[in-house]
Amino acid sequence: MELSRRDALAVLAGGGILGAAGATALSRESLPDGTDGGHDDEARAASPAELVDALVATAHVVYPSEVSNVDEFVETYATGRIENRPEYREGALAALTDLNAHATLSYDGRYVDLDRDLRATLLDEVGVKTAEPNPDGTTAERVRYYLVNEPLYALYASPTGGTLVGIENPQGHPGGTESYQRGPQS
Amino acid sequence: MTADSSAPVGDVDRRPSERVDVCIVGAGPAGALVAHRLAADGYDVVVLEAGPRFEFESRQRRMERAIRPAHDDRSVWEMGGDRDAYSASGERFYPLNRARVKGVGGTTLHWQGMVMRLHESDFERRTRDGVGADWPIDYADLRPFYADAEAELGVAGASDNPFGPPREQPHPLPAFEPSYSDSLFAEACEEVGVAMHSVPNARNSEAYDGRSACVGYGTCKPVCASGAKYSADHHVRKAEEQGARVVDRVPVQRLETDDSGDRVTAAVYATPDGTEHRQAARQFVLAAGGVEIPRLLLLSRSPDHPDGLANSSGLVGRYFMDHCFAGMGGTLDRETRQNHVGFLTSESHQFYDNDFEDVGPIKLEFLNYAGPSPVEMALGGDAWGDEMLATLRGAYGNNIAMGGLVGQLPRKENRVTLDTERTDDHGNPVPDVQWSLDARTKRTLRTANDIQRSILDELGVDIGWSVGPENTGPAFHHMGTTRMGTDPGTSVVNPRLRTHDVANLSVASSSVFVTSGAMNPTLTIAALALKAADHVADDL
Ligand SMILES: Cc1cc2nc3c(=O)[nH]c(=O)nc-3n(C[C@H](O)[C@H](O)[C@H](O)COP(=O)(O)OP(=O)(O)OC[C@H]3O[C@@H](n4cnc5c(N)ncnc54)[C@H](O)[C@@H]3O)c2cc1C
Ligand code: SF4
Repeated sequence: MELSRRDALAVLAGGGILGAAGATALSRESLPDGTDGGHDDEARAASPAELVDALVATAHVVYPSEVSNVDEFVETYATGRIENRPEYREGALAALTDLNAHATLSYDGRYVDLDRDLRATLLDEVGVKTAEPNPDGTTAERVRYYLVNEPLYALYASPTGGTLVGIENPQGHPGGTESYQRGPQS
Repeated sequence: MTADSSAPVGDVDRRPSERVDVCIVGAGPAGALVAHRLAADGYDVVVLEAGPRFEFESRQRRMERAIRPAHDDRSVWEMGGDRDAYSASGERFYPLNRARVKGVGGTTLHWQGMVMRLHESDFERRTRDGVGADWPIDYADLRPFYADAEAELGVAGASDNPFGPPREQPHPLPAFEPSYSDSLFAEACEEVGVAMHSVPNARNSEAYDGRSACVGYGTCKPVCASGAKYSADHHVRKAEEQGARVVDRVPVQRLETDDSGDRVTAAVYATPDGTEHRQAARQFVLAAGGVEIPRLLLLSRSPDHPDGLANSSGLVGRYFMDHCFAGMGGTLDRETRQNHVGFLTSESHQFYDNDFEDVGPIKLEFLNYAGPSPVEMALGGDAWGDEMLATLRGAYGNNIAMGGLVGQLPRKENRVTLDTERTDDHGNPVPDVQWSLDARTKRTLRTANDIQRSILDELGVDIGWSVGPENTGPAFHHMGTTRMGTDPGTSVVNPRLRTHDVANLSVASSSVFVTSGAMNPTLTIAALALKAADHVADDL
């Protein structure tokens, strides 16, 4: 099932992040640069652009294989969140910086530079899979909240993601008052 | 994400107003409706509200907070902490802070929004069934106020309930159409002889009174981001447009009386910086909900009123009642299409005025949100990718369930009193909710379960859970704690909703209910608030 930029915009609008007019501006280029301390400085703080990459990278681990066009979908959603929710941005950057520290220690690279399998392994090792999401918790709990649940929310609160499970008007999506009256489509 | 997106504390003038006709305590639906009515009549009205003003724009964040598992539901409207400390020393624990919201709009910010009239029998429980007590007013007295309340709240409903009390006119908005799962229930109900009908909802099936139509967010309880679900901040806005003044974050600490002890002279309130002020007025209306109203009266004890204000009967805080939930559910061999919307479209009052042996009224509900919501489950799951999707597909799709409400009898030992061992953020003793269940209520819950089981069995449901006499919980409706009556020895307020003891003090709340019925109370609260407003206007 193909995800679209439109799906991402719908989730953002449902979350009050964009009005109908706000859809055009979102692009990765509009994000502020991080405090770039040099290319090979593994300990430097994560930047907003890197955060977008990290969310896309995480989506490739946690999304089911049936969905396609993940990059555009997550990039659009993540950019909207990062630009419009300062408290999200700050929390997510801090979580990513901490995750990078683990990545560097174990695999000698930043999170976004690891391949998909290694990212999945790292998330397991840090305990993210079983962690309770908590914006103020341990590294695992914050990574779960800010980096894993973020793309999961975007997917499963969107009509396309909901449809994968059988609900085209999932909670959080303003899908109108027709769908609850309809029987199963088959 | 921080939840606190409420309006600023700082730049608001919280000093008392001069020359006030009416001071209202509490800005939930009761207070907001009284304020709107009296302000529209030209009176000078001040509303003192303990909680904050929440920005409408913050609702989408609150919705996300409600869906994402990291946050407790109570945090959506910022309940908890020292401000809201309480005790529950009764036989059954009472989760008070899940049962109320403090803020402009009151608990309707969080509520579900189903609104039915009480039945005629509820006003005559003693005469008809030999239990409980009779109200000093009857359904006919309240009937015009019910119609008025339905227009104010914007109720979507149909006149298709063969068991309901008589109505004079259609609801202001058309009912929501039945859900797909209602149609599954309909076949089984026909077989077992149960009649279904629509649910009246304080929720816009079409745009109404400046609020949007329902858009299907599906998170009605605890927050509707579109404003289609009625919440009382709407009437606060309307009251302000009519000139009322509404001050937030000013919990009233106590009421003061004059030398004679017969009249309230001022409501003493605290501002966020801890300063105390006195708001004087000619008339006072308590609309702080069924727990804080008795608490405030008890906190207002003085040499003239040693047991608390308006408490010569000793009944302030007594006869606390709630509705109890009865439910049952499981899975079906077909898709049931749950969780698209967060409200109910079908119910049955067939067993409300029943003739079972010593059993009270029962309201039956057909749920539209049985089982998990996939997005909430995904965020709490511990598998990823294809494995997660398989888990979600396995869990979502076939759930189905019924709910129901059962009312408690008024009993003196169920009460709200002060816990003198614990204090809130202002040093006042906290409320202690002492709650227990009587045998008749348990019997009624069991009967409700029997009916639910017969319907679910007929439908072919593999029953997986039930909530009945052993594990029931409260529906969060606080009734009975300043009961209405004609005899000052056995009641706290008179049929004009004024306290027997204090001449200029009225109560707008389910605290005046004499019996509970088994209907969600807020339409009746709204009707009584409009009635109270009329009487206060007469006295001014
Ligand atoms: C989860 C849930 C679902 C519900 N669903 C339904 C439903 O479907 N249908 C229905 O009919 N009812 C429902 N209810 C109940 C409904 O919300 C209440 O009946 C209704 O809000 C009561 O209105 P009120 O104005 O009397 O009190 P409230 O709405 O509780 O408002 C009282 C206000 O007074 C303020 N206050 C308290 N003490 C003070 C003080 N000392 N000084 C100043 N202000 C004070 C409070 O902060 C509050 O804002 C539900 C409740 C809950 C919790
Ligand atoms: S489904 Fe509920 S939350 Fe959604 S718009 Fe309708 S009333 Fe509001």
